[in-house]
Amino acid sequence: MFFTYLRRELRRRRKAALVVASGLALGIALVIVVSSVSSGMEKAQGKVLESLYGLGTDMTVTKAAEAPSESGSGSGENGGRGPRFQFDAQEGDSDEEQSSDRVMVQGFQTLSTDTVTKVGEQQGVANAVGGLSLQVIKVSGEFTPGQFQQNQQGGNGGGQGMPGGTGSGGGQSEGQVQGGGADFEVNNYSVYGTDVTEPELGPLTSSKITSGRTFKSSETNAKVVVADKSYAKEKELSVGDKVTIKGTKFEVIGIATPDSGDAAANLYIPLKQAQTLSDSKNKVTTIYVKASDSQQIDTVKSAIQKNISGTTVTTSADLADTVSGSLSTASGLASNVGKWLSIAVLVAAFLVAGLLTSSAVSRRVREFGTLKALGWKSGRVTRQVVGEAVVNGLVGGALGIAIGLVGAYVVTAISPTLEAELGVSGGGAGGQGGPGGGGPGGMGGGMRQQAAAETLKVALTAPVSLSTIAVAVGLAVAGGLIAGAFGGWRATRLRPADALRRVE
Amino acid sequence: MYVLSGVTKRYTRGKETVHALDGVDLTIAHGDRVVIQGPTGGGKSTLLQMLGGLDKPTQGSVELDGTDLAKLSEAKLTQVRSEKIGFVFQSFNLIPTLTAQENVETALVPLGVKTAERRERAAEALRSVGLGERLGHLPSEMSGGQQQRVAIARALVKQPKVLLADEPTGNLDESTRDEIMDVLEGLWKEHGLTFVMVTHDSSLAKKAPRLVTIRKGKITVKENAGA
Ligand SMILES: Nc1ncnc2c1ncn2[C@@H]1O[C@H](COP(=O)(O)OP(=O)(O)OP(=O)(O)O)[C@@H](O)[C@H]1O
Ligand SMILES: [Mg+2]
Repeated sequence: MFFTYLRRELRRRRKAALVVASGLALGIALVIVVSSVSSGMEKAQGKVLESLYGLGTDMTVTKAAEAPSESGSGSGENGGRGPRFQFDAQEGDSDEEQSSDRVMVQGFQTLSTDTVTKVGEQQGVANAVGGLSLQVIKVSGEFTPGQFQQNQQGGNGGGQGMPGGTGSGGGQSEGQVQGGGADFEVNNYSVYGTDVTEPELGPLTSSKITSGRTFKSSETNAKVVVADKSYAKEKELSVGDKVTIKGTKFEVIGIATPDSGDAAANLYIPLKQAQTLSDSKNKVTTIYVKASDSQQIDTVKSAIQKNISGTTVTTSADLADTVSGSLSTASGLASNVGKWLSIAVLVAAFLVAGLLTSSAVSRRVREFGTLKALGWKSGRVTRQVVGEAVVNGLVGGALGIAIGLVGAYVVTAISPTLEAELGVSGGGAGGQGGPGGGGPGGMGGGMRQQAAAETLKVALTAPVSLSTIAVAVGLAVAGGLIAGAFGGWRATRLRPADALRRVE
Repeated sequence: MYVLSGVTKRYTRGKETVHALDGVDLTIAHGDRVVIQGPTGGGKSTLLQMLGGLDKPTQGSVELDGTDLAKLSEAKLTQVRSEKIGFVFQSFNLIPTLTAQENVETALVPLGVKTAERRERAAEALRSVGLGERLGHLPSEMSGGQQQRVAIARALVKQPKVLLADEPTGNLDESTRDEIMDVLEGLWKEHGLTFVMVTHDSSLAKKAPRLVTIRKGKITVKENAGA
């Protein structure tokens, strides 16, 4: 009888059932779209992070930021933080081009390779690999000397060239250099020294070798280079070509194409070579850490920070916080506005479903009163009401899942592009401006800013997971039960004497 | 057999109190046929509710075969209704979404009768009221008289001890009224039930062997030996 009665009621009162069901459907569809869009956001963020750190990296260790001790001095080849170029000016008509490379450690903060070993020994660390990020600035061009003149009219502009021209011994007391000229090019690119014995971890894992090959684990100190695809294209490099970095020739063995976004570096070379180029023997900038249990990342993080002083540990979660741009705006939107909107719609849908069910019971007072007069137990009548409501909920759920899937599919089909701006690229010492003072210092600062703010483009998808569907089904049942509770409560309060009521 | 003593029913609405029944004493023997009449608002339906265990009196006792319905729990009262009492209402009170046969079956549901037997008994009851051809019809597909027959079949399918009818012909025209009364009287005779019927219709009241008139909650009983 239960099912016969249920089936008949639902078929005859299709319209009322549909109203309840579509309210629930709307709420559930919204939940599906919002949660799949936010998991799409997460995926997009994951891609952004991946392109920086590579696959499988749970956290990075960098040197803790120190207060810059010599700020503003801007001088001294090694003490100063900015690169310094010195060119001897050439006599008049000489066309000979001069060039100079400055290899800087990105972020200017390094850890010793001992630290890599120490990090690797920490509990919960599955693997730790060091890498050295370098920034190479190549300046090449012609420089002509200025002419020294006795001071006649003060304040006449010195070498009008770029700040790089140091004006060869300029600034002597009462004279100035005039007419000094320079015509040169500044070329700036990044080099990453990778541990070729550990190909499983590090930035190169987020790129595929699309031409040539990657490093052999024996090439710890080989003069070989893997070039990033876009850089290779710009410089017209292909496998077998030679690239010169600070006077050392490297052979291009492979071209790497990043899976998404931008590459971590323009050129990849064996770690030892990078250390030699930058005079930073046994030094690394970043340690890539894989935890043995991805649930234990925070524990591992605090263990490293506690046991190895002077380090900063950055997890993917930390880094995600520094992502800005439309991606983070959108993901904020999805996780806040979207969440609250779908909660609000759901609550409203539940309420409407409940009230409609309850009022449907009120309209059927005589029917239920009659059944009670016939000897139907209150529980049986209530069960009938709840049963109808649950079926309504399930119909609404099915409808909602269908609409939600279509919505998520549409988002994926359109796949709007989002931009992500990353606050810090190396993890550690970002942000501090270049040492003030001389021109070169300022230039260095500029470079670092460029390295620090990285913009990536990611396409948004809205993947619907099984668990989302499960949640939707749960919500549908919950909605039906809530509606049923309203109606059932109303039904239990009916008196059998209501059967005698005359008005419908 | 019914023994009512001092049955009082008060409805309180805000400050106002209505004495729907005011100290009713009444005995109805098994197999009796009783007609209740009286002006509107006199308390006819209220008295029928007391007899049917649809509501409990404020005071007094309603004994049915020695059990005081006034003292029973709601669950026990429900059981008594399902086993012993059949109701027929003025506006038929059929479930609009169920067929004639299914409507009749609803009376057997609380008795735990198995589906096949339930169907068979419902069909049989419908045949006995002359609706053997209409088992699969919905209430909306039947005339008022036919609907009331379905309701009668529903009341009698469980073979109750008591049949209570509140203005069963109130919504029907004259010829249908007589038809329904014939059905009811036939069944009463056949089953040997206690039959209590509320009616406004004086022509029906005249024929009753025992006439209870109720005014402002108080009753007067008239025996009509001739009927
Ligand atoms: N549930 C209730 N709440 C309050 N007052 C009620 C209720 N049921 C009945 N009454 C009142 O009790 C009195 C008797 O009502 P009852 O329905 O028994 O009259 P009746 O004789 O059946 O009238 P009618 O011929 O119109 O059906 C009336 O005054 C009515 O207003
Ligand atoms: Mg009445």
